[in-house]
Amino acid sequence: MIPNNHITQRTNLVNVLWDIQKKRRFINKDDIAKIANEFDISKTELEGIISFYHFFHFKDAGKYTIYLNCSTISKLHNYHEVKKAFEDELGIKMGNTTKDKMFGLFKTSCIGLSDQETAALINYYPFTNLTAEKARTVVSKIREGQSLQSICDFPKDNIQYKPKDEKKTIFFKPFKMGEGLEQLKDLSPEDVIKMVEDSKLSGRGGAFFPTGVKWKFCRNNASDQKYIICNADEGEPGTFKDRVLLNTYPELLIEGMAIAGYAVGATEGYIYLRAEYKYLKDRIDNAIEKFKNAKLLGKEILGIENFNFNVKVFMGAGAYVCGEETALIASMEGKRGEPTTKEYFPVEKGYLGKPTVVNNVETLCAVPRILEIGLKNYLSIGTESTPGTKLLSVSGDCTKPGVYEIEWGMKLRDFLSLIGAKDPHMILFNGFAGECLSMVDFDREISGENLLSEQIQFQFKDPIEYAYKMSGVGLRSGGSFMVFNKSRSIISILKNVTDFFVAESCGICVPCRTGNFLLSRKIDKIKLGHGNKADMEEIQEWSHIIKQSSRCGLGKTSTNCLLTAMLKFPEEFEKLTQNESNFNGSFNINKATHNYDTIIQEIESTYD
Amino acid sequence: MKEVKFKIDGRECTALKGQNLIEAAKANGIFIPTLCYFKHLNPLGSCRICTVKNNGRPIAGCTLTIDEGMDIEVNSAELLDLRKAILEMMFVEGNHFCPSCEKSGDCEMQNLGYETGIRYARFPHLFVDRVVDARPERIVVNQNRCIKCKRCIEEIETNDGHKVFNFTNRGNQTMVSVDYEQEAKLSEQQAEHAMRICPTGSILVKGKSFGKPFGDRQYDFAKADTNIPLTDLKKHIKKDKKKKRVATTSLAGCFGCHMSMLDIDLGLFDLVDIVEFDKSPLTDFKKFDERCDIGLIEGGCCNTDNIEVLRKFRKHCDILISVGECAIWGGVPAIRNTLPLEDCLKEAYLDSLTSEENETVIPNHEDIPKILDKVYCNHEVVKIDYHIPGCPPNANHIWNVVKNILFEEDYSITYPEFKYD
Repeated sequence: MIPNNHITQRTNLVNVLWDIQKKRRFINKDDIAKIANEFDISKTELEGIISFYHFFHFKDAGKYTIYLNCSTISKLHNYHEVKKAFEDELGIKMGNTTKDKMFGLFKTSCIGLSDQETAALINYYPFTNLTAEKARTVVSKIREGQSLQSICDFPKDNIQYKPKDEKKTIFFKPFKMGEGLEQLKDLSPEDVIKMVEDSKLSGRGGAFFPTGVKWKFCRNNASDQKYIICNADEGEPGTFKDRVLLNTYPELLIEGMAIAGYAVGATEGYIYLRAEYKYLKDRIDNAIEKFKNAKLLGKEILGIENFNFNVKVFMGAGAYVCGEETALIASMEGKRGEPTTKEYFPVEKGYLGKPTVVNNVETLCAVPRILEIGLKNYLSIGTESTPGTKLLSVSGDCTKPGVYEIEWGMKLRDFLSLIGAKDPHMILFNGFAGECLSMVDFDREISGENLLSEQIQFQFKDPIEYAYKMSGVGLRSGGSFMVFNKSRSIISILKNVTDFFVAESCGICVPCRTGNFLLSRKIDKIKLGHGNKADMEEIQEWSHIIKQSSRCGLGKTSTNCLLTAMLKFPEEFEKLTQNESNFNGSFNINKATHNYDTIIQEIESTYD
Repeated sequence: MKEVKFKIDGRECTALKGQNLIEAAKANGIFIPTLCYFKHLNPLGSCRICTVKNNGRPIAGCTLTIDEGMDIEVNSAELLDLRKAILEMMFVEGNHFCPSCEKSGDCEMQNLGYETGIRYARFPHLFVDRVVDARPERIVVNQNRCIKCKRCIEEIETNDGHKVFNFTNRGNQTMVSVDYEQEAKLSEQQAEHAMRICPTGSILVKGKSFGKPFGDRQYDFAKADTNIPLTDLKKHIKKDKKKKRVATTSLAGCFGCHMSMLDIDLGLFDLVDIVEFDKSPLTDFKKFDERCDIGLIEGGCCNTDNIEVLRKFRKHCDILISVGECAIWGGVPAIRNTLPLEDCLKEAYLDSLTSEENETVIPNHEDIPKILDKVYCNHEVVKIDYHIPGCPPNANHIWNVVKNILFEEDYSITYPEFKYD
């Protein structure tokens, strides 16, 4: 069963598992024994890896595996009716497989199609804008034997906006292959790094670490082998700009990676593509092929001495935490995608222990453009600390969901009218790990100017004082922009956010693993109207504990939305909380004795 | 290697550059508690107990290496509470019933519970059903007690380099699984090593008892005479004032806490001069006569009668106190919380060793209270004002707390006087 063309190298493990999952629809005991033997690891170690990834199954996931997106944007649209339609049509509940093993129905976190929800993946083919009726039609078409390729909806790019002046556009304008690479003939690696440093380009996945500095560190670490990894594991709910970039300009990305390789002295590049974007793999592979044919990848590129570079695509297998760079590297090495303790940064010891640069798709795509238009022109766009443009993925209650390329420095208020936000009430900015925005933030600008540390933001108590003090404070986002109007229940959205972190926590440290679960139960209590002021205080206290003591960024940021929502929408919580009472409202004696009553009833009925 | 200067809580320390903080602190006489750090293992940073602040930023101490001029905060009030909170989270996540644990008395986690002074978990206990796996050749893995520190995963390997333990699943489903095939290859010595490095009683070797028996720790040597005597109660006797009224009850408890209340012996004579008992097993009054100042509740709620009594106490008492572990979080009766009620009833009434087939029934009658789906702790049902931990709490603790509340006197208990197990 195990394909022979795979070398038994640990880095190939995830590929081997993918092959079996695709072929058999699950990985069984015999497979596990064989693979463990082949890779010379214990079976438990292998099971640990398989069970870490959402898209690997121990039980048959059906010839057609349906993954329905259960994120909050999907729920704004038709999630519940589509779920019911699938369940009724297939005669199974969510999380199960039909008896004939034809269909499996599972829920999954955000799949990067927030601009066309409700969406699902069936055997990784995308199906967008689903309704109950469409869901039923899809199932019957599959039953008729139509191919998924012919009936799926290839996602629209939905590029809604770019700066009117083409000179101010960085990403969404025509691109000529090799133009950036051509310039490397006259530039030393140090020149490139200097240029990137001066451009103030920083990590566009959302961490905003200065790219030039990262490259310099990597360059300065002597090693026989270095790697460039493009982080295309766009897992932050509500983000899909990388999907659009990968579909429209994969060449731009490959060129950016090659330039990065030249700058730091790396010869191998990997694109870590999230499994949810599998349908983009061919497009990327073709682009790589095109580069190879044009001799823009390979050995001595453009005749530049020692400039060798190749790019390969690595498929992820479904884990949000793999967007964290050390977890991503662990995943590529064929391990559980657990973040490391940061004893070493990837630029010191990364993939296979070699210096590695991990950059977001958008970051790498910006590099060839900076070379193309020149540093001076680039710096004239945007703001002082954040030059250039930013891609934002917009979804939720607005007339024009899609990708926006805006010049840094746009006022939030202007942006909201640009996207056609109807009566915006709450914005989840920078994804589930980001910040909750309300009307008091509308005068802020989207840029990296005058950033405040988090602690200070949380301290503002009075909304008027807050709006006044924050009006000059910039807002940075990795790309996610979800807008909600007044009709949406904030507490339900927060519940979705917290549940997301419960599901996606890697499970190593207790504050993240259990803390988020405890918070989720607390939110349930408040949602049911049983909470009181003490519960609200406990949420804040517990969130602080999780934030302070979690092992990686996932836990440290998991309570951001909750805390900022409590700060900005106290009335939403107050209307749900009760006054303190001597008797606990959440305890219901009928519910507590329901089990006993049922057992006794069953016994009594057998007597009759 | 170069010797460098750094600060811990403002104190000048010296260590070799690049030394691990935990070791460096120890060498300077400062103890930083941890449950996952293990000398020769790479720092795992998984338990988070050693969280310190480095130049104001929180970070796991075991992942820090010393550098010149570092300013480390270890024992600030905030960090001490944070450490306690993380430990409390571990206690509520698993099912840690110390009285029934083989490792009680020689358990790193239990020791740290005493060390950090845990008296009461701020989080609700989760009571998740977890597996006790005795199928491996030499060892038993008790998932109820596992805190996922990763020590065994990193440390225990077979002679041919295979992992015996590994994480499976993720998020709050994460567990440490054992590989039967590899485990069988372990020598007796290797298996015992696994048991020793486990900071809880999660990994046990079959047929091996523990080196340190129950009750052989510093906490058991706390001198009895350090407890505050009750003789000074007399000053509160005032003829013109009404005596304070106290009510007590035992719900789902073993009456051990009541026995402990009686342990003040002759102090009782002094006590009755200033306190009057209302409804209580001590007086055998079945009903409340008057409103009471304090109600002492032993045990949690396992049936509808417990709920009724507890609610009555809340109605008639100004201050309500949970006394003992069962009252505080369920305690021993809550062992059943991880199992479905039906299984518990069957085991107790139908399938027990002494029951004969078709001869016994699950009792039910309108006059007998209904069993709740799980054992609830008291503050899940009504508002509880204070908790007195212990199994049982020391007699002097109980009465000193009561005295403190009734007469507003200061009284504090130092942690070595507590005993939960």
